[in-house]
Amino acid sequence: MSDHKYTPSSKFGKWFNDRLPLLTLANHLTDYPTPKNLNYWWTFGGILTFCLITQIVTGLVLAMHYIAHADMAFSSVEHIMRDVNYGWLLRYVHANGASMFFLAVYIHIFRSLFYGSYKSPREIIWILGIIIYLLMMAAAFMGYVLPWGQMSFWGATVITNLFSAIPLVGESITTWLWGGYSVDNPTLTRFFTLHYLIPFLILGLVVLHIWALHVPGNNNPVGIDIKKPSKDTVPFHPYIVIKDAFALLMFCIVFALFVFYQPNILGHADNYIEADPLVTPAHIVPEWYLLPFYAILRSVPDKLMGVVAMLSAILILAALPWLDTSKVRSAVFRPLFRQFYWILVADVLILGYVGAMPAEGLYLLIARVATAYYFAHFLIILPVLGWKEKTTPLPLSITEPVLGGSPNLAAARNDEKIEKIIK
Amino acid sequence: MSKLKNILFVLILSIIVLNSSNSAEKSPPFLETKWTFKGLFGKFDRASLQRGYQVYTEVCASCHSMKYLTYRNLAEKGGPEFSEAEAKAIAASFEVTDGPDSTGEMFVRPAKLSDKFVMPYANEQEAKAANGGAYPPDMSVLVKARKGGADYIYSLLLGYSEPPEGVELDDGVYYNKYMYGNKIKMPAPLSDDLIEYTDGTKATAEQMSKDVTNFLMWSAEPHLEQRHKTGFRVIAYLIILTVLVYFTMKKIWSRVESKV
Repeated sequence: MSDHKYTPSSKFGKWFNDRLPLLTLANHLTDYPTPKNLNYWWTFGGILTFCLITQIVTGLVLAMHYIAHADMAFSSVEHIMRDVNYGWLLRYVHANGASMFFLAVYIHIFRSLFYGSYKSPREIIWILGIIIYLLMMAAAFMGYVLPWGQMSFWGATVITNLFSAIPLVGESITTWLWGGYSVDNPTLTRFFTLHYLIPFLILGLVVLHIWALHVPGNNNPVGIDIKKPSKDTVPFHPYIVIKDAFALLMFCIVFALFVFYQPNILGHADNYIEADPLVTPAHIVPEWYLLPFYAILRSVPDKLMGVVAMLSAILILAALPWLDTSKVRSAVFRPLFRQFYWILVADVLILGYVGAMPAEGLYLLIARVATAYYFAHFLIILPVLGWKEKTTPLPLSITEPVLGGSPNLAAARNDEKIEKIIK
Repeated sequence: MSKLKNILFVLILSIIVLNSSNSAEKSPPFLETKWTFKGLFGKFDRASLQRGYQVYTEVCASCHSMKYLTYRNLAEKGGPEFSEAEAKAIAASFEVTDGPDSTGEMFVRPAKLSDKFVMPYANEQEAKAANGGAYPPDMSVLVKARKGGADYIYSLLLGYSEPPEGVELDDGVYYNKYMYGNKIKMPAPLSDDLIEYTDGTKATAEQMSKDVTNFLMWSAEPHLEQRHKTGFRVIAYLIILTVLVYFTMKKIWSRVESKV
């Protein structure tokens, strides 16, 4: 954090700033010293902020036309698609925006995992991030229920039924969540209310997330502590602003391709059939971004233990700063960790894949192995690695390579090369 | 190694994306036909939409409702684009119950442009009773409600055949190789020369299937043409802006000794 005193140049500015230091804040955000070697995986924070605001703005307008009632929700969505001016655009941006949001958040999380951004002194940023991610999942799930299609209804039924696994009070909790004895109109109205509320909770947490980030400053691909400000850093504006803008635009092109040319590819056809409590769809699957956790849930034969496993899979991330015992942050200098990192990535993808498949035969076996590995990665591999692994020497600073130009710096530079390829 | 990781990441994302089109059912590949609405500049074939409406109203409409469509939609841009007079005439050929009037009585009047498509049955129960217990689904968004979309609907319409040996069918159940489970309660709806097209096109089963599927695609995505047109402009704009921002970024970052 830059500690230098800031004085506004105008008299009014000074008067105002003494009472509410907004100008000091603006100055801090402008000057905020940022490591100059950040690669493009670091641009997803800005992209995520954009996603959140897009969801809030489109959602606000959609809520003006949507009717949260079991008999009218589906037709009000069709009304939006047909008769509201640019309603189709708003809805497709909002629906695909959710997928884009998760795409970005997964990249953001896996970037953090690779470069050890969750380690001291950034544990609080990381934990705030996990809470944001949990809230995102809740918001996305409830949002998917609102169109009141078949997948909405049955997805809501499956997920809310999970709570009935809780011993003793499970049934009562489920009834309380539903507002009745099955998913019905009271469920829909409360989901709508919560779906409207959660984004603003996320917004508040995002402010804290960024605030917590601005205390120690950004991690960087080399993962070493750097002096700020120094010749290793650049001011946030204009350097990072323009770079984030460039990355955001690239992201928007992908986003637009989905919205305008494949708006329904990430959804499920069954959700264009109005909810019918008497007809169960052949396969009930959640949206793609929840599939890995769905696979973990189904891989455990016992319902309660399945729910526990699924929740633990997310909550275990909060303990990550203490499970990873290595002092070295960046995977660039951790040859063994790097291998396991990519195995974990593959493992999560496999879980996502089997999550979309029927839970039987070979798929179930794969899901069980992948679930076991997922937990083993965090509970066994990471703690042991930090203790056993021989890391390669760290450079002294971003600008000054290790004496004699070690191969590590070449590895660090590799990331820069990746961006060039992307561009 | 780094390149490899990069490729892996792209792979991950594409697998995730492909994942969403999950639960692959074993069904034969769909029949191939060219749709004009696909692609970057995809548009509807206007004449086909008009014929498709004719197929719908003369064949499908006796069982299938289209409750989200309004008669005015038939004259709207990007749809079949009947003239307003034609759309009015189409509407007027249907009767709707309106009211109550000033004496409190309900009355029957010809439909207007602002009326929703008249439904074949008063309610779901009546529809089921008339169709051997099967409910003919509403067709407004049917294309989007079926995996495979337009290709599926088109194939299904032409997918009827005698059941293979060993497959027993109950009364009122038909064999269709594209249907989920291969058993369908709708008898083959289209056959050559079932209707006479007003524009003189020969009404083969293929032609009618294609026209009505086009019509159903439009009814499911009435703003498809506008979407494609806007999309192209938006993406072209974004690409130009991205290039400009890229060079601006290069210029700004040339002030410091670092790559971007």
